[in-house]
Amino acid sequence: MDTHAIGDLKKLLGPDAVLHRPEELLLYEYDGSVETARPNCVVFPRNTRDVVGIVQIANRYQTPILGRGAGTGLSGGALARQGGILMVFSRMNRILKIDAENQRATVQPGVVNADVSAAVAHLGLHFAPDPSSQKASTIGGNVSENSGGPHTLAYGVTTNHVLSLEVVLPTGELVRVGSPALDSPGYDLLGLFVGSEGTLALITEVTVKLTRLPEAVKTLLAIFHTVDDATETVVDITARGITPAACEMLDGWTIRAVEAHVHAGFPVDCAAVLLLEVDGLREAVEQQAEDVAEVCRLHHAREVRMARDEHERALLWKGRKNAFGAVGRLSPTYYVQDGVIPRTKLPATLRRINEIGKKYNFEIGNIFHAGDGNLHPIILFDAREEKQFQRAVAAAEEIICFCIEMGGSITGEHGVGMEKDRFMPFLFTEDDLNLMRRVRDAYNPTGLLNPGKIFPSTKGCGEIHVRPLPVGASRA
Amino acid sequence: MSTTSAIHGSRLADIVGPSNVITDPGQLAAYAIDQKVPSAAARPQSTAEIVDVVKFAAKEKLTMAATGARTKLGMGLPPRQYDIALDMTRLDHLVSYDPGDLTLSVEAGIPLHKLGAILAEHHQFLPLAVPYYHRTTIGGAVASGVDGPLRQFYGTARDYLLGMEFVTGEGVAAKSGGRVVKNVTGYDIHKLMIGALGTLGVITRLNFKTFPMLTSSRAFIATFQTVERACGMRNRVSQSHLTPITMEVFSPGASALFSSEAASRIAPAATPTSNALAGSRWTFTSGFSGNPNTLARYETELGKMAEECGAVDAAVLGAADLTSAFALKREFIPIALESSPATTIVKINVQPRQMSEALANAAREADNNRLRWVAMARGLGVIYFAVLPPESSEATRQQVIRAADNTLAACVALGGHATIPWCPTEWKSALKVWGLPRADFAQMLKLKKVFDPAGVLSPGRFVGGI
Repeated sequence: MDTHAIGDLKKLLGPDAVLHRPEELLLYEYDGSVETARPNCVVFPRNTRDVVGIVQIANRYQTPILGRGAGTGLSGGALARQGGILMVFSRMNRILKIDAENQRATVQPGVVNADVSAAVAHLGLHFAPDPSSQKASTIGGNVSENSGGPHTLAYGVTTNHVLSLEVVLPTGELVRVGSPALDSPGYDLLGLFVGSEGTLALITEVTVKLTRLPEAVKTLLAIFHTVDDATETVVDITARGITPAACEMLDGWTIRAVEAHVHAGFPVDCAAVLLLEVDGLREAVEQQAEDVAEVCRLHHAREVRMARDEHERALLWKGRKNAFGAVGRLSPTYYVQDGVIPRTKLPATLRRINEIGKKYNFEIGNIFHAGDGNLHPIILFDAREEKQFQRAVAAAEEIICFCIEMGGSITGEHGVGMEKDRFMPFLFTEDDLNLMRRVRDAYNPTGLLNPGKIFPSTKGCGEIHVRPLPVGASRA
Repeated sequence: MSTTSAIHGSRLADIVGPSNVITDPGQLAAYAIDQKVPSAAARPQSTAEIVDVVKFAAKEKLTMAATGARTKLGMGLPPRQYDIALDMTRLDHLVSYDPGDLTLSVEAGIPLHKLGAILAEHHQFLPLAVPYYHRTTIGGAVASGVDGPLRQFYGTARDYLLGMEFVTGEGVAAKSGGRVVKNVTGYDIHKLMIGALGTLGVITRLNFKTFPMLTSSRAFIATFQTVERACGMRNRVSQSHLTPITMEVFSPGASALFSSEAASRIAPAATPTSNALAGSRWTFTSGFSGNPNTLARYETELGKMAEECGAVDAAVLGAADLTSAFALKREFIPIALESSPATTIVKINVQPRQMSEALANAAREADNNRLRWVAMARGLGVIYFAVLPPESSEATRQQVIRAADNTLAACVALGGHATIPWCPTEWKSALKVWGLPRADFAQMLKLKKVFDPAGVLSPGRFVGGI
């Protein structure tokens, strides 16, 4: 990258807001995915004006540019695939406005998801989308990826909770889309920008809906002898029209990994558990919990436990939300998929994943949003062995292809990013993709904003783009 | 029939078959948009035929508009040019429905009520309870972006539309989204098609999430002396743990409207709930659902809140009244449109807490201009303010323009926005149909250039004359 560009950035932002030495950049070549890509420099804007200025510099030097929140993404969305300027929003982390009466909050993109809920908890409100990364991931990142989470089963994903965005287009234009009042006249630009994976605009301000905290919550742990019984339970709960607030599944292997790490109280000798939650009015919750428990028992649940208090409930959720961290202790590297299937296909899909694991000789753990049919198979492998790595990629691809065959999708909440772009032609025709590319080009005409994401550079299945690294290792 | 239209007709007949082309002016009148009659209507039965019709239109520099049941063609600005009506009603198939998964895929021309009946067999439904429910197609309901009473709890189509197939203005068949309930693959182009009045593409197929039918429902009604108090009741409920399925505030004129001849024609099953919607007062209504204990809780709490908020009287509606009240609420717009020769409906969007003020502003402007009016305000901050002049004279036109302009400005001052989705065609040039100019308009134009660069699809009807 042009050293003059670095100079201009320092002049704009001050020297403490620009990193460019190789050792400084190391931290930013990762996100939560298995891939790496190093930016040429990292900048920390403090306000919208800074963002506009940085974009102007990127244009002046024709340098790629992209935004990044906490870097917890699982698809490489916040990796500088073609180098350039990585704009990290950690200094734009102020909650600008809380309007309890209208149940809205306006925040800067770098505000951590859980901090929004924490800031409004005393008002009896929360921000409903709750990705498992919520203690670290930022609202800007959540909006870019249209993040989900366990409770999106009943509450919807990020796009259902965003009312307005202030964005800076790659051309440097400052635009506001949507509005705190509903139904902005014209095309739903807000709906287009949310979930566009940072390829259309840089988000500088977000207005979200706040949701009232439920009066009553009941959390159940249903324990099963077989995976089939657990998945059949999910199918039955869905078919009966019961919508729990959350319906998560952990298989036995994952439970044992979690227990060794978190001690959440999951039974280590079972084949699967369902972590179920119902919430709402006291009068409704009692019955819903009983209905859910009844379905579990019908499908041979060994035991259905009800969390007795907030402490027990928090512990169960801690086990769920820290599962990926727990898995990280077991294997040098893991590869998480994000396929979605129609919920009726859960039993068949879990059986297939098991077969694929055997075929490639991998442990594949399953911990996922069962109620939405959103799978997260975790393939454990050692990336230091080239062959293992190739096999892991092949196994992942077989799982994804099976999801597509079942009428599903390649990503439910993590995004396509640079990780799954090669799968896009499996779901979309060339015409579909061309149209999406033209939408991108309409807002990102020079292609400088987050290049190399979402759209496949080549048709069909290619090899993974960057070799993943073992946990704790470094490419430098 | 002119020579040009004869040629168009014969070319269209090659694509959709002669029996599916209409060129008779008498029949074509039914396809008019703002009094513009197309020179032909084609009734395709497949996406491939639509692709060919669009390509033909693009090549011949003709324009077209997709139509369904033709109930909402009056929305938006008059088309700049309108040559072909693309009648979508033959694409009326249920493509797939998996009750166990609560998802379905349908062709755009299927009537909403027909789909509703299929879903009801499986005790499921689509919360798209929108005006003209018994006539409208699902494609029309989505393309027009109309909402309904269930929005309070279920959101709009945007919240349960999973994916879509469409044909662009260049005749390219494309899709976005998928058929699973959670999906972030690619851009959400289907969201752009909602409420776009067909200006970006012809919607051919839609995938939705369905919902389990509500078991037992009731509705609560309370009347208030002032709009502040009625909206205060809305605020009180939203601060509680109650999560009603519907919630509205109606102006004093609503009871007369709902017991009118137009209402009995449009919502025939509906018997007027005359006692409940008392003539001179503001009315708060809210529907809720659940087990007997939950219903009892709602009744008690709503009753207490109504008392605290200064209600004059309150009542709970049983099953029979509930259905009719729901139908009337859903059909508020068509009933209002039938109730005056020059009905003008201003749609006002403000944040929920500004509803009372926005309603008061609109009412003051209408009263100052001696215009009869009636309003329905959804609890989420969406107000339909219908002005019902007795005739469409020039003097009336001036009064309506003055009232509407001032109402729009007042709404913007409150941080909201307002449009005029329905008004007499002749008044459209003088009324701000799409509201005040918007800063994001340039970004919308970019999309139109991608999807329909030659302006084949409904040119001129959308925001800013897109």
